[in-house]
Amino acid sequence: MANLTLVQAINLALIQEMEKDDRVLLMGEDIGVNGGVFRVTEGLHERFGAARVVDTPLAESGIIGTAIGLAMGGLRPIPEIQFEGFLGPAYDQICTQAARMRSRTRAGLTVPLTIRVPIGGGIHAPELHSDSPEAIFTHNAGMKVVMPSSPYDAKGLLISAIRDPDPVIFFEPKRIYRAFREEVPEEEYTVPIGQARIVREGGEMTMVSWGATVVQCMNAIEQSGRDIELIDLRTINPLDMETVAISVQKTGRAIIAHEAPMTCGIGAELSARIMEQCFLHLEAPVQRVTGFDTIMPYYKLELEYLPNAERIGKAIAETAAY
Amino acid sequence: MPVDCAFEIAIERVSILDEHGVFDESLGEGLIPDTDVVMLYRHMSMCRHFDEIAFKLQRSGRMGTYPENRGQEATSVGAAYALEDKDWMVTCYRENAGLFLRGVDPEKILLHWMGDERGNNIPVRATPLAIAIGTQLLHAAGLAWASKYRGEDGIACTFFGDGATSEGDFHEAMNFAANLDLPIVFVCQNNSWAISTPASVNCSAPTLAQRGLAYGMHCVQVDGNDLFAMVKVIREAAHRARTEHRPTFIEAVTYRLGDHTTADDARRYRDQDIVDEWAGRDPMIRLRKWLEQRDLWDETQEQAQRVESESFVKGVVERAEGIEPPTSDDIFTWMYSDIPPTLDMQRRTLRTSSLGQGYDGAGS
Repeated sequence: MANLTLVQAINLALIQEMEKDDRVLLMGEDIGVNGGVFRVTEGLHERFGAARVVDTPLAESGIIGTAIGLAMGGLRPIPEIQFEGFLGPAYDQICTQAARMRSRTRAGLTVPLTIRVPIGGGIHAPELHSDSPEAIFTHNAGMKVVMPSSPYDAKGLLISAIRDPDPVIFFEPKRIYRAFREEVPEEEYTVPIGQARIVREGGEMTMVSWGATVVQCMNAIEQSGRDIELIDLRTINPLDMETVAISVQKTGRAIIAHEAPMTCGIGAELSARIMEQCFLHLEAPVQRVTGFDTIMPYYKLELEYLPNAERIGKAIAETAAY
Repeated sequence: MPVDCAFEIAIERVSILDEHGVFDESLGEGLIPDTDVVMLYRHMSMCRHFDEIAFKLQRSGRMGTYPENRGQEATSVGAAYALEDKDWMVTCYRENAGLFLRGVDPEKILLHWMGDERGNNIPVRATPLAIAIGTQLLHAAGLAWASKYRGEDGIACTFFGDGATSEGDFHEAMNFAANLDLPIVFVCQNNSWAISTPASVNCSAPTLAQRGLAYGMHCVQVDGNDLFAMVKVIREAAHRARTEHRPTFIEAVTYRLGDHTTADDARRYRDQDIVDEWAGRDPMIRLRKWLEQRDLWDETQEQAQRVESESFVKGVVERAEGIEPPTSDDIFTWMYSDIPPTLDMQRRTLRTSSLGQGYDGAGS
């Protein structure tokens, strides 16, 4: 058992799955010789060779489109899109092709694809390196969308994603790539897709989050001194509503926190479902602490934009007092 | 300094059986055995009749929008004839004749245009009809790549139109194929039109074939209405893909004799004189001449073939129209390999919410 960062846990998962299954290959810009711009694929090119760790041309639609073909051809490709801001050119292949091929062909052709994408802000990056588009790919049916917030979950979820017969987008919160370490078992294990994790139990209030915002939530909860149940969704699509509903039915109060903009964010979806399924249990309206309905600002202002412990703390206080 | 030539190439154009029925023996001799030419002509006759009936089905309200394949049979048939079962054929939607030769049930194509996804469930190595223009080229590149990755010698052959060569995915697929040495054959059916857009608006170069040049791959122009020429160039390209892992770009010059689809009226933007001229270059007219010159065909056989085509296509239509209707369950159960709980609730109730709904969908 070793204490690994998120980067190391992902690297380990990739190594183990590539060793176990010849069908697995990696592809993307700068992931081979360079080991990836965040070094997530460090050492893999040397270990597995150029045919299995492929430096592709600079073309996001091309990367995803050929990966779809590889998957239809029976392999398990893991394409990387270097930053979530560059998913744009690949949107068509993801949403009109990968997400639809199973339904389109009545399972004649399927796409067991895992797209790895660093996501989120907080690293002082240039434009289009700090966005959070998880809702966009959730709204387009057919893709599974996952986002671990810890090294243990990252390894387990990635292995599940790679083995999943459906196409999965695996979002890696870059802000916490190296922020902390956690015990990650050396041996093989999976974390199921579609299952949220209760990070800490509590009776007073439910807080739901995912990705790097989970860290902000934990800080806010600690600072509040309140008995708050924190749920890390881990999978955005399909949403584990059962875990959330049972919790809110218990506590009667809910706060959702995410980096992505408020309007049409996953917080909106969760609010609607909580309202439907926990209406008579609610003691206060559901609060959302999210990014503003703007473009992600350049990094001088990014900490003003991103939900932090202070903003979450205000929501906690208001929800508790309602 | 004297001007140096950085690179020079001539784009070859291949023609063996021209529109007048003149046959180049030196190139065409032995290319296709006589019995196979008869078989292919009969096949194309059946496909032409299928196309006519499909058009009528739409006009009589029994089928949705349909894109006629009329006049372009030789391009995909030549390719399907030259390819092997292990190869992938990745088409757009004007390659019915080739798909049928590969073993795709014609009723599947009717089902597709009748709004039934079961038409896309195909047991041979062919992808479903591509509606988003150009997207399939990348899939073909990936399928070719998968074959190479496994150390197999299957290839992918992908079809698209002149219009598709404007799409980004076309350029990305060509680039990937050339730079990563993928065993793929790109076949551009230059039928002169992308709905109402003439080919010149989608490409300013003197030929479409030279697009391949820019990516560093072998390119060739071929008379797409010449079955023999198609077989020749596809065979050479398939061989190059199989043995060298190098791609080829083929511009097959043909013409769209019908409208873009049954929802289009090409008289609004086309010169009928030019359409009539191209009707004279029909792949089937010259092929029939070739057969008759060699006493391999006559009017009696033509009539017999007509009867056989009518009977066969009648059966296809009956099967397509006779299929049991899909159920509302089918909206849901094919989305994922395992249906998630909320989606299953929607499937069971055909509702998205109800008062008193629990997380397991319980409630009215």
